[in-house]
Amino acid sequence: MALTLAHKIWAEHVVRAAAGEPDLLYIDLHLIHEVTSPQAFDGLRLAGRTVRRPDLTIATEDHNTPTLNIDRPIADPVSKLQIDTLRANCAEFGLRIHSLGDKDQGVVHVVGPQLGLTQPGMTIVCGDSHTSTHGAFGALAFGIGTSEVEHVLATQTLPAVRPKTMAINVEGTLKPGVTSKDIILAIIAKIGTGGGQGYVIEYRGSAIRALSMESRMTICNMSIEAGARAGLIAPDQTTFDYIKGKPHAPKDFQSALAYWRSLYTDSDAQFDIEVELNADELEPFVTWGTNPGQGAPLNSKVPNPAEIEDDEARGAAERALVYMGLEAGTPLKKIAIDTVFLGSCTNGRIEDLRAAAQVIRGKKIASTLRMLVVPGSARVRLEAEAEGLDRVFLDAGAEWRNAGCSMCLGMNPDQLSVGERAASTSNRNFEGRQGKGGRTHLVSPLVAAATALRGTLSSPADL
Amino acid sequence: MDKFIKHTGSATPLRRSNVDTDQIIPAVYLKRVTRSGFEDGLFAAWRTDPTFVLNDPAFKAATILVAGVDFGTGSSREHAVWALQNYGFKVVISSRFADIFRGNSLKAGLLTVILEQNDVEAMWRVIEAAPLTQISVDLDSRSVCYNDVVLDFAIDDYTRWRLMEGLDDIGLTIKNSEFIDTFEKRRPAYKPATLPIRV
Repeated sequence: MALTLAHKIWAEHVVRAAAGEPDLLYIDLHLIHEVTSPQAFDGLRLAGRTVRRPDLTIATEDHNTPTLNIDRPIADPVSKLQIDTLRANCAEFGLRIHSLGDKDQGVVHVVGPQLGLTQPGMTIVCGDSHTSTHGAFGALAFGIGTSEVEHVLATQTLPAVRPKTMAINVEGTLKPGVTSKDIILAIIAKIGTGGGQGYVIEYRGSAIRALSMESRMTICNMSIEAGARAGLIAPDQTTFDYIKGKPHAPKDFQSALAYWRSLYTDSDAQFDIEVELNADELEPFVTWGTNPGQGAPLNSKVPNPAEIEDDEARGAAERALVYMGLEAGTPLKKIAIDTVFLGSCTNGRIEDLRAAAQVIRGKKIASTLRMLVVPGSARVRLEAEAEGLDRVFLDAGAEWRNAGCSMCLGMNPDQLSVGERAASTSNRNFEGRQGKGGRTHLVSPLVAAATALRGTLSSPADL
Repeated sequence: MDKFIKHTGSATPLRRSNVDTDQIIPAVYLKRVTRSGFEDGLFAAWRTDPTFVLNDPAFKAATILVAGVDFGTGSSREHAVWALQNYGFKVVISSRFADIFRGNSLKAGLLTVILEQNDVEAMWRVIEAAPLTQISVDLDSRSVCYNDVVLDFAIDDYTRWRLMEGLDDIGLTIKNSEFIDTFEKRRPAYKPATLPIRV
């Protein structure tokens, strides 16, 4: 039977199927972090259960960890307790952990791919909605809650209902200065934050195939912002080349490769729905509101809610403009920024740092703002330092921090204050996401860099 | 997990769409290592506004939350479900839930009920006019009833059975361990493992 890629991977992982019940799905890799796991380990202990496959499980510390003074004890006692709890749980259950200070510590979705543990055709889960990132390798990867974390720890499986499939076809060629971040922001603006609900998205088309692995990860990462639990891209030579040489790349690479080459949507397979996007027409894209679907081309203006037909969308836009402190009709490029955040599982990889550094090199950031550069992992930080990127940022007046989720969700001390406005390469512009009362504009690393130099939302073309 | 068969109570109208899990419980409240005590973080930012509906004494006794479309978007934090439960909610009604939130709620025993948007809006008007209106949510008959209104809702048979029996998924899966054993025997050798550690 002709199958889409997502359904192919699904079928290969069904442990048990029974009429009237969800499929029982085998999980190839389980990623763990400090925030969504403590209650799951407690559940195991209460029931006297063990971790079924410690060898398919890996933990790191990312959400809560400070990005300054990481060699000192964590100052916040509640954060410290959560980190200590993860370390104790990993020791008790025999799990691999990369702790603060380790070169493989970092945002969990940066760590998996850089170790070569993320490979095509796998099922990958984590108690984090941005697990969709790993779909860039042609894996079926999705976020789960803590009850499911416990389920996977105990059984290495999950009961789940097979999702529908959506194809998003992006044909054409991106203009210089337009990135994969702009593609995904434009997609979310087009289909809405609930548009992908119930679907796995497969990103297809010439513009997708032309992207590097890291750019593909940015797109799959934000599938959840369109409501889709998972997003994936069929693996190709770009994927295979990226994995080769990574620490956990298959020793029997040829056998793996033979399998990976079978991972594509059959030509006669049907998606439940298809969406088209023209890459030729895309421009740098930014958000103006308080959900990731409230975005617009950087060259446009803050929209006027009165012109929005749908009642629900109009009300949401009115509320968003109040929260964001914006006037309808203001050119987006006139919006002054207080903080630029470069980092996160969306745009905290080496390619993102290189892109921003290229814009900033030899220049100074605006005196009216601060810029935080937070590498996605300690390994990314080391790699960047080896290339001298730290000097580029520091010389420009930016801060060079240690790895973690940092200001993406403001769980550690890296937060916006009330009314502070950020241009952020992260994934969510929800009210208070980056700190209570903080205002977020989602941008690409190129827009982040140009904005840092000019002080207002800008693209490199404006310099 | 407690069995869920039928719940009757009054409701709080939450006239907002796209209520993401960062609103339900901001990240700074996620540092606890227990499953309880999250009620203080529920809608923490909005509750600082005295006009916010949860601060309205008329709805103090409510155990059902009636929310706008796309409830529970964003982060996978199950703490959002626990915060609603710890606060006293047993049921959330909306015309659309985010996938992960809905999965989490049904695992943890918070019933999420999907109704048509116009039915949600009609409920808002009724409970705003009469906040103590009793609403019955019956999982057995898959219906929501208040005054003389009866609204059917859909939920798959398996989840309904599991909630009505108060069963947890892990126990059910472990009964099928032999299927997992068999599956593992035929997993290809080239699939990666995290141990032993390679550098």
